[in-house]
Amino acid sequence: MSFLDVTLKLLSGFQDTLLLFFFTLLLALPLGLVFTFGTMSKWKPLSFVTRGFVYIIRGTPLLLQLMVVVYIPGIVFNSPLVRWPIFAGNTNAAYFAGALFAFVINYACYFSEIYRGGIESISQGQYEAGQVLGMTKSQIFFRIVLLQVIKRIMAPVANETITLVKDTALAATVNVYEIYFMSREILNSEFIIWPLFYSGAFYLIFNAGLTWLFRHIEKKLSYFRS
Amino acid sequence: MAIFEAKNIYKKFGDTEVLKGIDFSMEKGEVLCIIGSSGSGKTTLLRCINFLETPDRGEFYLNGNLLFDAADKKSHSDEEIRQKRLHLGLVFQSFNLFPQYTVLDNVCLAPLLLAKESPDYKKNKKQIREEIRAHAIELLKKVGLEDKLDSYPCQISGGQQQRVAIARALALKPDILCFDEPTSALDPEITVEVLAVMKNLAKEDTTMLVVTHEMGFAREVSDKVIFMDNGVIAEMGDAEEVFTNPKSRRLQEFLSVMK
Ligand SMILES: Nc1ncnc2c1ncn2[C@@H]1O[C@H](COP(=O)(O)OP(=O)(O)O)[C@@H](O)[C@H]1O
Ligand SMILES: [Mg+2]
Repeated sequence: MSFLDVTLKLLSGFQDTLLLFFFTLLLALPLGLVFTFGTMSKWKPLSFVTRGFVYIIRGTPLLLQLMVVVYIPGIVFNSPLVRWPIFAGNTNAAYFAGALFAFVINYACYFSEIYRGGIESISQGQYEAGQVLGMTKSQIFFRIVLLQVIKRIMAPVANETITLVKDTALAATVNVYEIYFMSREILNSEFIIWPLFYSGAFYLIFNAGLTWLFRHIEKKLSYFRS
Repeated sequence: MAIFEAKNIYKKFGDTEVLKGIDFSMEKGEVLCIIGSSGSGKTTLLRCINFLETPDRGEFYLNGNLLFDAADKKSHSDEEIRQKRLHLGLVFQSFNLFPQYTVLDNVCLAPLLLAKESPDYKKNKKQIREEIRAHAIELLKKVGLEDKLDSYPCQISGGQQQRVAIARALALKPDILCFDEPTSALDPEITVEVLAVMKNLAKEDTTMLVVTHEMGFAREVSDKVIFMDNGVIAEMGDAEEVFTNPKSRRLQEFLSVMK
């Protein structure tokens, strides 16, 4: 297999890696906020259940969660994911959707804890200053608290995002043809090992870009201190 | 007629009674100072007056009209409380400026949000915004910060931050401006500049309710002084009278310690 062949094959895998990464981020970032509101709810049953859920997801391996999402429907409920009508027989789509689901839930839980820490770190005085100035609850949240929270959570969110790039390789275990899956397949069929390291370069370069992006955002937010 | 009147205010946290029947009134343009040892309930009283705490019992009157009645639970909705608050302003011990906004925007934010609620905002948007800005600049001049309009709170000193907080509270034109130990977090030499601003406000007949440990300020500026002790008003009267001729032993002790 030529360098070009390997490159093309890895690129086709990297496409799935990127899709999984972007869709996970796109869905988990807002879903995390929903979980946060759940865990911080004053209505005890809701906060109890959400906290319990987040606790379980954070306390167990993502690898296991992937297996559960992808295989439990078939094994326990006798209704394999790949035969669900919405996938119209497209097994790749079924595996991808299953993996995406597990990733979104898992990352939403991590993000929700980061958000919660950020929100709870804002001093009560900020809320009270808004209140005595006649602001509504939503004005206080969106005009005063939110940007301060974003600034405070930027570093942990950046960490989590970079971890996510690397975690996407776990999707190979449930037949998502992402870049690690592809390089392993080349290893198995052609007995060449360097594509494995080559695939590592893809992760590395992508993460370098992300690191630059986050540093840029943090710099943008450095005009104030809170 | 009294501009503000508190009648029989009670407040407890759990089993601790912190306010045990507070009654007082103030006239328009008057400066009323509240003194008393730590833990006597001064902050709690100010927080009740600004609706950051809800009194368990009692009423507030504004210009003779009922503003708040602890017994009328139906009138305690977020929205109604928010409207009532607009009659009062509060300056905190810890300033609590909004760090992500410039000095000018800290002062303009609340009036702008409030203006958006008025029905003719859409029509006169530009003019209204311009007026709010001009008023804010005028207030910042008054507190001596016209050269800091575009600074962020982290770039100015504590004394300057507190003066911004005063301008910010004034921007909503409250009937009564409350202060909770506004200089306690400041160095002595910086305290002077904040007190000077407050003295100026007093001269301009701003109605002020000031919790303070600055006895010199209280004696010089206030028309009336309240001495709080253990959740009640132990002594109240003319500033000169309270300071030169304290009646209760607790006040005599307190004043001798504060000297
Ligand atoms: N949110 C609260 N929960 C419980 N106790 C409180 C709370 N706020 C104040 N207290 C108690 O009320 C008493 C009076 O406090 P405070 O009003 O802050 O007094 P001061 O401002 O005169 O020092 C103190 O004993 C304090 O511990
Ligand atoms: Mg206090």
